[in-house]
Amino acid sequence: MKILRNRLSSALLVLFGASFITFTLARVIPSDPSLAYIGPKATAAEAAKLRITLGLDQPIPVQYVKYLAQTFQGNWGYSLSTKQPILQEIRDRLPATLELIFFAMSFALIFGVALGVYAAKYRGKFQDSLIRILAIAGVSMPAFWLGLLLQMLFAGRLTWFPATGQFDIELKYDHPITKVTGFPLFDSMITGNYHATFNGLHHMILPALTLSAYSFGLLSRMARANLLEVMSQDYVKVARAYGLSERLIFFKLALRNALPPIVTVTGLSAAYLITGTFFVEQVYNWPGIGSFAVNALLSIDYPAIMGITLVAAIGYLLTNFIVDLIQSKIDPRVWMK
Amino acid sequence: MMKRLRSLKFLFKDKLTSMASAILILFIFLAIFGPWVAPFPKEGKGTANVDNSYIGPGFKHLLGTDELGRDLLSRIIFGARPALFIALAVVGFAAVIGTLLGLIAGYRGGWIDSLIMRVSELFLSFPPLLLSLVAVTFLGPGLINALIALIISWWPWYARLIRVEASIVKSRPYVEISAAMGVPDRIIILRHILRNVTTPLIVQIAADLGTVILAAGSLAFIGLGAQPPAADWGLMVAQGRNLIFDQWWISTFSGMAIFLAVLAFNILGDALRDHFDPRIARQ
Repeated sequence: MKILRNRLSSALLVLFGASFITFTLARVIPSDPSLAYIGPKATAAEAAKLRITLGLDQPIPVQYVKYLAQTFQGNWGYSLSTKQPILQEIRDRLPATLELIFFAMSFALIFGVALGVYAAKYRGKFQDSLIRILAIAGVSMPAFWLGLLLQMLFAGRLTWFPATGQFDIELKYDHPITKVTGFPLFDSMITGNYHATFNGLHHMILPALTLSAYSFGLLSRMARANLLEVMSQDYVKVARAYGLSERLIFFKLALRNALPPIVTVTGLSAAYLITGTFFVEQVYNWPGIGSFAVNALLSIDYPAIMGITLVAAIGYLLTNFIVDLIQSKIDPRVWMK
Repeated sequence: MMKRLRSLKFLFKDKLTSMASAILILFIFLAIFGPWVAPFPKEGKGTANVDNSYIGPGFKHLLGTDELGRDLLSRIIFGARPALFIALAVVGFAAVIGTLLGLIAGYRGGWIDSLIMRVSELFLSFPPLLLSLVAVTFLGPGLINALIALIISWWPWYARLIRVEASIVKSRPYVEISAAMGVPDRIIILRHILRNVTTPLIVQIAADLGTVILAAGSLAFIGLGAQPPAADWGLMVAQGRNLIFDQWWISTFSGMAIFLAVLAFNILGDALRDHFDPRIARQ
């Protein structure tokens, strides 16, 4: 329990820190946020009035404390570009992003670990080098470029998949999704709206593949390297000497012991997925937080940027926390430091 | 340590690594001599030639032309310089700042150590690239601002790496004896500690060069990096984005340049790591 409390307090500290850095960046750097709000044509008097309404005339530490208090109360301010409450925008868009991350992570885990294991089995052979090249290409490819290529090839030329969006536009009219949890794909499934589910999955494949490339590369290399290391351990040799079957050794001993580092890398790559969605959603017009974030950055929508940063930092913390939890479950030597 | 670098044979140890070395040598050559080897140097620099817009890849324009009729091959050749510049500058500055702080933290210990480590933890509490994105937004888009924004989020990695190494070396007997004999800290840091952290430092730098090109390309793609009419790979992918179904060559070839550069750096980074640390070399 004590460990949990320590974790929580250090997490809170990190969040304070993250919000403080963003806040400082937003305020110290001279671009005037009020200009972004009313546009460059406003008169000086209008700008001054707005600065008072937005509280920008007060000293920066006062502004920061006020900002923290309001954020804590759930008042995250209004987006300068959409004029909607930030929290509302984030709540509306987060599910689409989380669904995308879920599928990308699943692709990366399944293909990454499977191909890593396969490469380890055929080490030094042709299959091994091929997978090595695939993995290193995966971590070297700009997500936005891969996205455009897949779009051009599979949506443009071959028309196998739709190019953009999470669902067909007509779906809203002929098979509307009943809102239950707010996760559109999940909701369509539990309400039996299978037409929408298939449509959503069809739209999911290209963006999820694009987003998963980096994690796939990391995971397959990690899985291969760890498996090979474990296979050269003494206990594996002993097991062989006892005459245990290769299959048993491979799955029960080797894979089980290669698991902890794989979990760590999964967490690490999940963190990459958070910012990865910015670019993938931008390319595929995905209605999630990523595309909202890019628009906020481009229009210097500072309340939105601060909200998104906070959500991303929370997501990052949560991922690390979950990784530690799983780690302590599968590896009894690890308990949260 | 440095002896291991003197023979560069490991850069050509197998087919893949040799290919990566060749790509990198080509990009370095283009970055230096680009203006003299580009087929259309004026267009590479940014002069529009609207009569020639959207010519597909062909004999005269090997990789086609862009919206403003500029020869894409020349544009990509001109893009090599900013790409390599940003990679070297970001990694260079981040490594210098990080090494300095890491050495101080690891060698001195105490409150200054905790201070430096807490601050670096703060910077690392953002998902990768997010801090750079936010920083460049408020600094204003541009190549130099993108560079500063990337340094802001890169130095903590070096500080932490060097700190760990420095604190290990610090407790070795020969360092402790030197300190006891009254050798000044400055000399100990330079002579013993810095020399012992060079290997992990070089391996990390090699691994980061590609990642920085990728990150800089990402900033440019969403419009926060280099601005038109600059010849910048990430920016050029963005300019071709809405034309991807018809004038596919613009984004495809510009992105290919990023991909090849990052790929080459990553493969060579691996080779360097294996070379310096044979324990973890590929089995």
